[in-house]
Amino acid sequence: MAILVNKNTKVITQGITGKTGQFHTRMCREYANGRHCFVAGVNPKKAGEDFEGIPIYATVKEAKEATGATVSVIYVPPPFAAAAIDEAVDAGLDLVVCITEGIPVCDMIDTRFRMQGKKTLLLGPNCPGVITPDEIKIGIMPGHIHKPGRVGVVSRSGTLTYEAVGQLTELGLGQSTAVGIGGDPVNGLKHIDILKLFNDDPGTDAVVMIGEIGGGDEETAALWVKEHMQKPVVGFIAGVTAPPGKRMGHAGAIISGGKGTAQEKLAVMEACGIKVTRNPAEMGKLLEAALRQ
Amino acid sequence: MKIHEYQGKEIFRKFGMPVPRGIPAFSVDEAVKAARTLGGGVWVVKAQIHAGGRGKGGGVKVAKSLDEVKQRATEILGMQLVTHQTGPGGQKVRRLLVEEGADIRKELYVGMVVDRGTQRVALMASSEGGVDIEAVAANTPEKIRRVFIDPGTGLSVAEADDVARSIGVPEGSVPQARAVLLALYKAFRDTDASLAEINPLVVTGDGRVIALDAKLNFDSNALFRHPDIVEMRDLDEEDPAEIEASKFDLSYISLDGDIGCLVNGAGLAMATMDTIKLYGGEPANFLDVGGGATAEKVTEAFKIMLRHSGLKAILVNIFGGIMKCDTIAEGVVAASKAVSLKVPLVVRMKGTNEDLGRKILAESGLPIITANNMGEAAERVVAAARAN
Repeated sequence: MAILVNKNTKVITQGITGKTGQFHTRMCREYANGRHCFVAGVNPKKAGEDFEGIPIYATVKEAKEATGATVSVIYVPPPFAAAAIDEAVDAGLDLVVCITEGIPVCDMIDTRFRMQGKKTLLLGPNCPGVITPDEIKIGIMPGHIHKPGRVGVVSRSGTLTYEAVGQLTELGLGQSTAVGIGGDPVNGLKHIDILKLFNDDPGTDAVVMIGEIGGGDEETAALWVKEHMQKPVVGFIAGVTAPPGKRMGHAGAIISGGKGTAQEKLAVMEACGIKVTRNPAEMGKLLEAALRQ
Repeated sequence: MKIHEYQGKEIFRKFGMPVPRGIPAFSVDEAVKAARTLGGGVWVVKAQIHAGGRGKGGGVKVAKSLDEVKQRATEILGMQLVTHQTGPGGQKVRRLLVEEGADIRKELYVGMVVDRGTQRVALMASSEGGVDIEAVAANTPEKIRRVFIDPGTGLSVAEADDVARSIGVPEGSVPQARAVLLALYKAFRDTDASLAEINPLVVTGDGRVIALDAKLNFDSNALFRHPDIVEMRDLDEEDPAEIEASKFDLSYISLDGDIGCLVNGAGLAMATMDTIKLYGGEPANFLDVGGGATAEKVTEAFKIMLRHSGLKAILVNIFGGIMKCDTIAEGVVAASKAVSLKVPLVVRMKGTNEDLGRKILAESGLPIITANNMGEAAERVVAAARAN
């Protein structure tokens, strides 16, 4: 079992003909069941052609109708990426994974507003994607560090997710699904949404939740965990040393108006029964200890 | 991206918002000339730096004669203006704004930001204008009125009127305040702002509503569609190391410590800084080399870190995914040689081709200290910095 995606998921790649899209489509196709999962690409100017055997359609709607795909992954450049999300939502897909980094925030405000009442879920933007080890990898994470198992991982940052996954794998703890929700201020699925899915997934026994400075999503998720979560959750928040008012790489990683500090988030998480560590080298060991209890 | 107050007011004017008549000045003579052109008998000489709290720091002064304008401009221009937002070193004043004086009856606060929770633009307004709004928010949050603006319909007339009344705009001035609020939202959306603040928004003795200040920050991801705003960028207000880094697509922020760190990924970079601190050290910077670091990029990153005076050691922490550890190792070796590195260097590499990467470091003949995990790496770099 897993959440969001598995070996039977059929995926459309939006932006399959760009350099990034080509590179990562190859990597994803080579991973586990990827050859059967990545069934279509979209590019209005290249409809009827193919990318290394993957047929290209003019629109997401056509690609969906022709292949039965329910998920898309987006590598479209930032000025056009929000429109690409809109197209996937209008086509009625179940899940859109937007890898693109650097989408204007106002574009995302409008896109999220248009998504209200629609069934499509959005992961990202500015995220590494989602992987169910040994089944399917949708996104830019290195597949080989993962190992199938029963630990869920959810994180706002890319390489820090890899760090956590690497530690788990080294300890022999496999992952059910690892989800990167992305570092942008206006995004789709949040920590709380992924925790709900892990809570309901019989294939997940415990969750590593990784956050960073900025916003209040970790606090919201922690309060939900306190009331509803049936499985142990361990956590880490990056940015204890980040100065206020400075944007730390991600558009969303900023302490503003004294809100969104790492200390504040860690305190709320602890108060809600989440085991936290201040040492990111200890994330895997913390999860291991939580499982033993 | 940030701009100056006088540039913010130019944008406000374009959107039909009332601002005082004013002229920017780059020298004392220009300031006096500006006052003469404006006419009248009362002027305000305002330091233009990219930080708030200028008034408290002595960067905003009233002048009642042209001689006094000259005197005030002389005092302010070139001063190191220290405010709660500049840090202890302050910021050098290179530009002034000379404005006509205003007859202030009431000082209000109006601001807009993107609210992550509701995924809307939040309008914040308060009767407590002209003071540090963060203090108002912390001490008397009930004095701040918030409206989360519907992206479909925009700010409505009814909402704007309601906000205006709730912060104490006199009934006769409500239509003017409404116009300001509606225009501010339009300006925010049309320019892709990330922050818009008017502090204070004033009601004058004769009932006019005027933006006495203008603070605008813009979403750097949207600058590609605003070349006119990009032209307003003032590099004098930015950290030279950060400007240099941005040329090489490196995300860099200077900090106060003495241990440089070079990491791939923003989250891992922050986590690395945190680990250094946890082991008793102080990071000298945040540096994310991104996903596609080349030997050239690593070399430039080393040069930028080494600009930091008092740098005692460097920690390289890489989680190789798509980026391979051997590529980074070659980059680190080339960079160390290119800058003839004098400070101790600790490298931790994990992921794709890590064995190959370690071999390259070991065979380079350079005194590189390696580590197997983040904790060990931080411990070793802190020890190396102390010994240096």
